[in-house]
Amino acid sequence: MIHVENLTKYFGDLCAVDHINIDIQKGEILGLLGPNGAGKTTTLRMLTGFLRPNEGSIRVKDYTIETHSLEIRKMLGYLPESAPLYHDMLVYDYLDYVADIRDLKKKEKHPRIRYMADLCGLNEVMHKPIGELSKGYKQRVGLAHAMMNDPEILVFDEPTSGLDPNQIIEIREIIKKIGKEKTIVLSTHILSEAEATCDRVVIINQGKIVADGTMESLKQTASGEYLITVSLQNAEKEAVVKELGSVEGVAGILADDDEGEALQVRITCRSADDLRGAIYEKIKQTNWVLLEFYQERQTLERVFQRLTVES
Amino acid sequence: MHQVVHVFRKEFGTYFVSPIAYIVISIFLVVTGWFFFSTFFLFNQASMRNFFSLLPITFSFVIPAITMRLFAEELNVGSYETLLTMPVTYRDVILGKFMASVVFVAAMLLPTLAYPIFISFLGQLDWGPVAGGYMGAIFLGASFSAIGLFVSSLTRNQIIAFIGSMAICFVLTLIDKMLFFLPASLLGVFEYLGADFHFENIAKGVLDSRDILYFLSVIFVGLYATHLAMEAKH
Repeated sequence: MIHVENLTKYFGDLCAVDHINIDIQKGEILGLLGPNGAGKTTTLRMLTGFLRPNEGSIRVKDYTIETHSLEIRKMLGYLPESAPLYHDMLVYDYLDYVADIRDLKKKEKHPRIRYMADLCGLNEVMHKPIGELSKGYKQRVGLAHAMMNDPEILVFDEPTSGLDPNQIIEIREIIKKIGKEKTIVLSTHILSEAEATCDRVVIINQGKIVADGTMESLKQTASGEYLITVSLQNAEKEAVVKELGSVEGVAGILADDDEGEALQVRITCRSADDLRGAIYEKIKQTNWVLLEFYQERQTLERVFQRLTVES
Repeated sequence: MHQVVHVFRKEFGTYFVSPIAYIVISIFLVVTGWFFFSTFFLFNQASMRNFFSLLPITFSFVIPAITMRLFAEELNVGSYETLLTMPVTYRDVILGKFMASVVFVAAMLLPTLAYPIFISFLGQLDWGPVAGGYMGAIFLGASFSAIGLFVSSLTRNQIIAFIGSMAICFVLTLIDKMLFFLPASLLGVFEYLGADFHFENIAKGVLDSRDILYFLSVIFVGLYATHLAMEAKH
């Protein structure tokens, strides 16, 4: 559906987006993650034809953005960050204007506006100026703006930033509802949001893609590292470090004997295989008493941190 | 082309939603009405000449006030991004906004049609120069609108847009009154550059293609420069 190749954008000397390749399938909800200033917004702006890339190409269906920007924009709805809209206009007037620009026919215009108002919960504010609306309502007007002509592709830049938890859930519900038949690209720096809404996640850092895959596969493979915690009784710290350190794939051991009887050991494993068996075998050969043994699930925050800070 | 109409309708409508339209129109009518009629009975002539000779100066500060928000506000609020990611071309946006400003100028001039009607009751009014004057006023208004539109596209600050375009309009208005500073060889060139000079020709009721060409080229240069300014933002 969308094919991004070698996309690059410079602002002066700063390389905001650095040779990015993404393929987005039809019907996919793709989350673009990254810390502030990673190049998420710039990427989306190029995707929507607002910025011109310095290098690389974007193809949407059979169109390329350089030659057919207008055709691409016709089948693409975009909600920029914090929904910048005309403050003086009434919500109804604005939606009416968008419907005109989006080439809706006279007959279908009003039913469509009414439908969008229902979907986005705008009925009470239709006759208020946009400037007087709360942030959540503005965001919903932005959503209605983006979806007015029922486009095949929707691009949302941080759709839930600055909203309260209830509003976040509402917006997510809307995105999920429409995501069933549309291709959606959204950017966010809230990890749980990406986990809740996206089929696939691309993590960007300093303009480069550092990870690409489903949330689950990211947690497992992108890191390649996991933690095993064991709690041992009757064990010496030095002996534990020596014994368990000899297991192949163990990258680090942190033993902590402050808590009296039991020794808490955190084992960092860097291996594609499951090392639990090997570690258990090692412990079995000694006279240590094993009280606890578990593998910590990689948290998203940890994966994100590893990919964007440590790399 | 129909996108131009949608942009125009939205821009023109926005003028009348906010108080700006009413303030600008009131100021324009008060200023021109006062200066015109305070000396009108002293001259004891049934003519609109004094009214039209004031127009370039009043337009120099009234029209920048009309055009200042056209791009600067969009750039400031960020709606520029929402607008340009919809299926519109630069040309649609520029022409729509330009037309909104020109039609607004026409709407502002509409109440002043009361003056010639009133004067025609007092004496023998020659309608030729009046018609020429209004036509020249539209050309002048359109030229200043194009300049204002361009300056507005350069900044996100409406005050800078206002002062910048006012400066350019004033220079174009006053340039042919400053000619005595210049060597004789340059006189012709600078006189031709003056908006006031061309406006006065038309306002006399003389339709010269050179004057019309002058205004059309100012409009073209202004709009084309706006196009370039939009292009440069990418």
